[in-house]
Amino acid sequence: MITILLLWITGIGPPANVRAHDVPSDGGGVVVIEWNLAPDDALLDGYEIHRSENGVDFVKVGFIGRGRRSFQDQTHDGTTYVYKVAAVSDTLRAFSLPSAEVTSHASWINVAKLNIYVAMIIFGGLILYFISCARRGKALFIRKIAGLQAIDDAVGRATEMGKPILYVLGLGYIEDIATIASLNILGEVAKKTAQYNTKLIVPNADPIVYTVAREIVKESYTNVGRPDAYDPESVFFLAREQMAYAAGVDGIMMREKPATNFLVGYFAAESLVLAETGAATGAIQIAGTDALSQLPFFVTACDYTLIGEELYAASAYISKRPLLLGAIKGEDYAKVIIAAALILASIIGLLSRFPILNLFQ
Amino acid sequence: MKKTIPLVLIFVAGLLGIISFVIPHPAYQTYDEWIRNSFLRVLSAFAMVLALGSLLRVHFDKIRRRRKNWQYSWLLLIAFGASSIIGLFGGVAADGILPTAIGSFHFDIQVLYENIVIPLASSMFALLAFFMASAAYRAFRVRSTEATLLLTAAFIVMIGVLPLGHSISKHLPMFVQWILNVPNVAGQRGIVLGIALGVVATSLKIILGIERAWLGGGE
Repeated sequence: MITILLLWITGIGPPANVRAHDVPSDGGGVVVIEWNLAPDDALLDGYEIHRSENGVDFVKVGFIGRGRRSFQDQTHDGTTYVYKVAAVSDTLRAFSLPSAEVTSHASWINVAKLNIYVAMIIFGGLILYFISCARRGKALFIRKIAGLQAIDDAVGRATEMGKPILYVLGLGYIEDIATIASLNILGEVAKKTAQYNTKLIVPNADPIVYTVAREIVKESYTNVGRPDAYDPESVFFLAREQMAYAAGVDGIMMREKPATNFLVGYFAAESLVLAETGAATGAIQIAGTDALSQLPFFVTACDYTLIGEELYAASAYISKRPLLLGAIKGEDYAKVIIAAALILASIIGLLSRFPILNLFQ
Repeated sequence: MKKTIPLVLIFVAGLLGIISFVIPHPAYQTYDEWIRNSFLRVLSAFAMVLALGSLLRVHFDKIRRRRKNWQYSWLLLIAFGASSIIGLFGGVAADGILPTAIGSFHFDIQVLYENIVIPLASSMFALLAFFMASAAYRAFRVRSTEATLLLTAAFIVMIGVLPLGHSISKHLPMFVQWILNVPNVAGQRGIVLGIALGVVATSLKIILGIERAWLGGGE
């Protein structure tokens, strides 16, 4: 009350230096208004933002609390606006001078992502370069990945034991890259099960993934000359609900007692439920996911785990196609570049005042 | 032709996806939004019909061949039929043409979901506690250097986050925070970098038609 009385007597100062500008590299429809805080900022309720299209009639478009220096206004592209900011305390208003005219517009190119484009071009170029090397017949060394080397043994074991192989694609949708990587591996595993005449079971949680998985398995059987061995019932839709799916897969594990379980794709909390049940049945388990929080569960409960990038390299590794191996080589060199950039940026950041972090934002 | 058309489609779709990352203009983003939401939703509706057909076929087959635990398939088919009828004709919030209440007893699809599906899912989720105990036992068996390190780190972290940790040493909680913030995060970021590069490489391989395992492999 005393504060309001004091402000009534002395008056309040308006915010100064009101600037309005279009947001660069956006889809339009937004103007940012910035100002210097009013001298009595600590005593204010906040700031009102007023807008005018003709410079005369101002309309209030927003309110923001004290201590804040900017506001984003939704606008119509192509219309010119002028802004005033008023310092507000109870019924008192102190208006700033109007800003310069501003017009919002949509951009055709997002230049704010320039560093990402550069990185994409470098990494894409590296990958394409090594693919072309592979195309020219250059031998490429790829480090051994234990989980993928075990696939042949796992399929062979299932064949010898006369038991099926269970391939779980996880909960991911078709647009998830982990699901796509898993489908690629499924194609290679299906070829092997077709060659060995081993039963393959593929329960699905997503309708679209189910239709794609079914076609992949069918094509794989056809490609190795065993279309007759393909069982249409081997790939089926189980349930969309997370725990219903987990319960269904657990049921299959307990009834069918597969010799090998593949748990490859995107997984959430059900990962441990599946992996522990599989371990209890005595199956060899090969897991792979890019869900960081589920990796420890798989590492604990499965015999082999494809961690992160190994999941994406799997299809190339199994098929041994030179063109695909070239892409893995490109990835490895990209990692070397990233590691070198991180070390260099750390040294520059520690030893100089150059704002190196801005380059990565 | 059987492989060329999907390859062309994937190339065009992939290219359009990359372009949407570069062009923020509404003229393009509106179209991108349509592809991602409306088009995909229609596609998934068709896929859902196929998926449900698959589900029914598998269970009818199980009953016909009297496979192990075939009786439970009847349970699924009855539940499927009942929930379909109630869902289609009773409405989501009991606003359909089918009455979904007898006196104070309600059985609309929302009630079924909240009183059957959610408790069942919660029960499955609760099993995680037991699975975690057995997984922890397996992980913490001291059989290699890595397992010993894991056991030691886990023991320190578990003690450190408890009030007991602070009473042992006031530095212990800070040390635990250091384990979580430095070695743990460093390892995770390494994995994330690998994942990001793997995503770029896999996307490029698929868009350019180099990766064809999703087509059943072959050249």
